[in-house]
Amino acid sequence: MLRIALLMLFRDRAKYMMLIVGLTFCSLLMTQQASVFCGLMLWTTATVRNIGAKVWVFDAKVEQVNEVIPLREIEVTRVRGVPGVEWAVPLYVGIEQARLSDGSFQNVQLVGLDTATFVGRPMEITKGKIEDLRLPDAVIIDQVGIAKFRKKGIAIDIGTTFEINDKTARVVALCHANRSFLGQPYVYTTYDRALQFAKPQRKMMSCVLAEPKQGVSARELALRISALPGLQAYERDDLFWNTIWWYIKNTGIPISFGTVVLMGVIVGIAIAGQTFYLFILDNLRYLAALKAMGARMPILAAMVFLQSFSVGFVGFGLGVGLTSIFGYKVLKLEQPPFFMPWQVPVFVAIIIILICCFSAAIGLRKIAKLEPAVVFK
Amino acid sequence: MSPLDSSKGGVDPNAVTVDKVTKTFPNGDSPTYALREVSFQARCGELTMIVGPSGCGKTTLLSVICGTLSIDSGSIGVFGHDLGSMSDAEVTLFRSRNVGFIFQQFNLIPTLTVVENVSIPLILQGWNYRKAEEKAAAVLEDVGLGGRLRSFPKQLSGGQQQRVAISRALVHDPKLIICDEPTASLDAKTGHHALELLKRSACAPDRCVIVVTHDSRIFSFADWIAEMEDGRVVKSCSASEYHHA
Repeated sequence: MLRIALLMLFRDRAKYMMLIVGLTFCSLLMTQQASVFCGLMLWTTATVRNIGAKVWVFDAKVEQVNEVIPLREIEVTRVRGVPGVEWAVPLYVGIEQARLSDGSFQNVQLVGLDTATFVGRPMEITKGKIEDLRLPDAVIIDQVGIAKFRKKGIAIDIGTTFEINDKTARVVALCHANRSFLGQPYVYTTYDRALQFAKPQRKMMSCVLAEPKQGVSARELALRISALPGLQAYERDDLFWNTIWWYIKNTGIPISFGTVVLMGVIVGIAIAGQTFYLFILDNLRYLAALKAMGARMPILAAMVFLQSFSVGFVGFGLGVGLTSIFGYKVLKLEQPPFFMPWQVPVFVAIIIILICCFSAAIGLRKIAKLEPAVVFK
Repeated sequence: MSPLDSSKGGVDPNAVTVDKVTKTFPNGDSPTYALREVSFQARCGELTMIVGPSGCGKTTLLSVICGTLSIDSGSIGVFGHDLGSMSDAEVTLFRSRNVGFIFQQFNLIPTLTVVENVSIPLILQGWNYRKAEEKAAAVLEDVGLGGRLRSFPKQLSGGQQQRVAISRALVHDPKLIICDEPTASLDAKTGHHALELLKRSACAPDRCVIVVTHDSRIFSFADWIAEMEDGRVVKSCSASEYHHA
């Protein structure tokens, strides 16, 4: 009877299409919005992922990577003195203003790397050499910077110069970096030169990056460093998740996206539930005839659930497929943010299953109450 | 003997025995009596008609005979099986194996083709889909619809739809055929042809056909007629006696 159930569904084209469209839209809305939310959250951790150090040391009051409370230079030495530290280097991260050759301005995320080791260097140099960063006024700029400058009519390439806080910066290499939450280009230079570019303050160092010795876990080392007064150290993954949770707790982003996802669920329930109920109502007379002819309730229930789940499956597939196409397109453009971890389709699949169960249940309730004798009326 | 085994009923002269059956429907404080201690028999090899004016309880009697409606009191025996002693699931299984239905509105599923509609009783019994369609096609061939197997019900005339409904009722070789107002949706000529077909294909020595109708033009097809009035069988006799009376 399952094949009969599918034929009944597929050949009622108007309702079938409406069910598919409703569930596709619901699935698309939930998957797309959840993926954009995940992408946005991922953007907040761009610095952690770009720098990649195992242990990060901040001022004790810092809760996440985008918060900067400057440290004294001496803290590097203090960290190096903690047992289990293989090496420790300073890092400067700050938002500075770059003035372009046409006089326009662009905020940039300036990253000052340890001059000797370049710890935290860009993961991918697309043009030029990292070593050229030791040349006078040298900076490396990422793809976001290239695109933003291009929009302002300036083609960035090796040799291009611009100013950061009235000091000349010369591009010696181009790189690819993870995009930051605020969308500012990453400009890499050496730590010492970063301090020259930045506006002077009493304390300038943003944080200390450290590497544990062999046999010491990063988390263990972070605990040891955190025992130092005035310092707080995080293992990389902890900092990643602390940053995300900070944005979830302290911004309206989750509520905003959650509302849209909830609307997707409501739309799904409203459209799919109602249409499926109408489909059952339309077929009630025939279902009663089947009941009279000897179709037991488990068979009818299996038929209804199969019909419901088949539209759910197709709607889910189309929704996730369309979201994937959307993601593929936006990942090329690098905005809006998009990241679809496996948990997103699984979450959406569970919601779609619940919607299908709900739709089937309200239809089944009607069928269960149906007297087969109504076919004689 | 399993009450659900269609092969065990044998050729009982009284295929259907309804004994003092009462059926009421709730209607405020005082229930409405649809059947009042009705007693009735239908024999194998005969076409029995239950006739009477609208609202006299014909369809209710038909419903209780095939087990789609429960009764308040009395007993119903169908081919030696007491429907009252069976569970709902057993009655449903009994129906699927032993009862063929022809409904007033045909109730052919509009989204299924003719052959798919006719194969449903076989599929309900667990037949393989392809074999069920083969058997359904053979039955449809017998009623002259071999060329319309892949048509949808809406593409057929009323008479053709009735023939499909008859095929669906016969395809699984049931012992009891139940027809509810088989000519109600047909014109006189088509209704006549439908009854001819029903009499020719359905009536067999080991099979009982019960037709509910108020269409006096088809009374001549009956072997036995039971006339109902106000929830009671007021006359039960052979068709010839009925016509002479």
